[in-house]
Amino acid sequence: MQQWGSLTEFWAMGGYGLYVWTSFGATALCMVWEVLAVWRRHASAAAESRDVS
Amino acid sequence: MGINWFKYSSPQTFHPLAGRMIPWFSAAALVLIGVGLYIGFFVAPTDFQQGDAYRIIFVHVPAAWMSMFLYVIMAAWAGLGLGLNARPSFMMAQAIAPTGAMFTFLALLTGAMWGKPTWGAWWVWDARLTSELILLFQYIGIILLRASIDDLRRADRASAVLALVGVVNVPIIYFSVRWWNTLHQGASVSMTASPKMATTMVTAMLVMTLGLWMYSIAVTLARMRCVIVERERQPSWGKNSSIQEVAEAR
Amino acid sequence: MSQPSMSEALRGVIRRDLLLAMRHRSDVAMSVFFVVIVASLFPLGVGPEPAVLRTIASGVLWVTALLACLLSLGRLFTADYLDGVLEQTLLIPQPLAVLVVGKVFAHWVISGLPVVLLSPLLGLQFGLGGDSLAVLTLSLLLGTPTLSMIGAIGAALTLGLRGSGFLVALLVLPLFVPVLIFGAGAVTNSLAGIGSEANLSLLGACFLLSLAFAPWATAVALRIALE
Repeated sequence: MQQWGSLTEFWAMGGYGLYVWTSFGATALCMVWEVLAVWRRHASAAAESRDVS
Repeated sequence: MGINWFKYSSPQTFHPLAGRMIPWFSAAALVLIGVGLYIGFFVAPTDFQQGDAYRIIFVHVPAAWMSMFLYVIMAAWAGLGLGLNARPSFMMAQAIAPTGAMFTFLALLTGAMWGKPTWGAWWVWDARLTSELILLFQYIGIILLRASIDDLRRADRASAVLALVGVVNVPIIYFSVRWWNTLHQGASVSMTASPKMATTMVTAMLVMTLGLWMYSIAVTLARMRCVIVERERQPSWGKNSSIQEVAEAR
Repeated sequence: MSQPSMSEALRGVIRRDLLLAMRHRSDVAMSVFFVVIVASLFPLGVGPEPAVLRTIASGVLWVTALLACLLSLGRLFTADYLDGVLEQTLLIPQPLAVLVVGKVFAHWVISGLPVVLLSPLLGLQFGLGGDSLAVLTLSLLLGTPTLSMIGAIGAALTLGLRGSGFLVALLVLPLFVPVLIFGAGAVTNSLAGIGSEANLSLLGACFLLSLAFAPWATAVALRIALE
């Protein structure tokens, strides 16, 4: 099951590390950014409605 | 996301309800994505032809599937809104669009990342990638159209019409490009020709897709809450509701 | 006085729009000159080598016609919208979709048909021969009305919006893609010696499909924009 000899091998991904990690990294980044953006949006929307009322 | 709820619940009721659902979907997303990644990296074997580069499909394919699935769901809510003249349906469509656009972008990016080491090209004009690109344009068009219209009711209905018109377009483009490619021998290598997949690979892909789906629901519900609070400030659909009530209902 | 029939209303709309256009004959000229100038830019950009030009001809000429259609969409509803005639049109008892067909047809006669008639000359500029010229003209004849009908949906959705020029392009260009693929494909195939019947039939299908659905969608969009 553990097919990676070492962390270095895991990181290298058989030479394709750049492509694999860019893909997963970009995906993770986008998803985290989206969550933060929505959270921020709700905070400012709630704050503004509190100011108005 | 049952349809009954929307017929009877007002945005004020939905806001706290969504707030209670989000943690569950988020947890499900985290678990499924975690499991999917584990299977994808530690259980699925290295592919004979593509080496470890193939592992990109564990985000590429789920992202692509979600991008298409979310568009159809968004269009369904849009159609429901037009048919029932129901504001919450339009709000749902509004909440889905940005997430769908994001996954479309990721599908294209990861597709290029997969294509370069595997087939030597960052981009090919095959049916899948081309229709995914057009899908991205359509998402952006819907978002921008809504942003350009100040009147909320017009914005809702115009973007709904656009979403529905676009639903038909993507399959048409897919088949026209595929047909066009078959006539041009050697014009492109089909990036859809995937290696024969081991069961573990398929499992990882499906689990990841499920995880992204749970994530999408969570984010859409969260964004829906934003839309609800934002809209309560604007008395455009003729409804008078206490802003205080909404903010306190969190 | 009896109610005018649907076909009478249709003819009335067409007649009115064409009469109005006759007073602004420059509109016809604009489409024509746009296509001529833009099509000339490509040889200036890629070099005059005949083989290269022949390769890019189908795509260039089709995209140019497509852009001309796109640019002309601004004129489809705007004038009537600004002087209140469009709102009146919505009140006419005849189905709005039929009136839309009339407006789009008149618009096509002014903006699209000149391009179709000019296309053989442009094709010659790119070194296209007899058969391919015919296919080019035929493909544009089938394609440009389709583009106008699809484009009308975008024009209706963006009626009166600021920055609508670019917005219309963004909304409508994805929808133009199938027509472009089949249209340019027909010419490319004809140049390659493969038959273009399949492409032309598909273009015809696109035309019929858009005739069946686009005016209705445009009518819905107009009502949304004007209520």
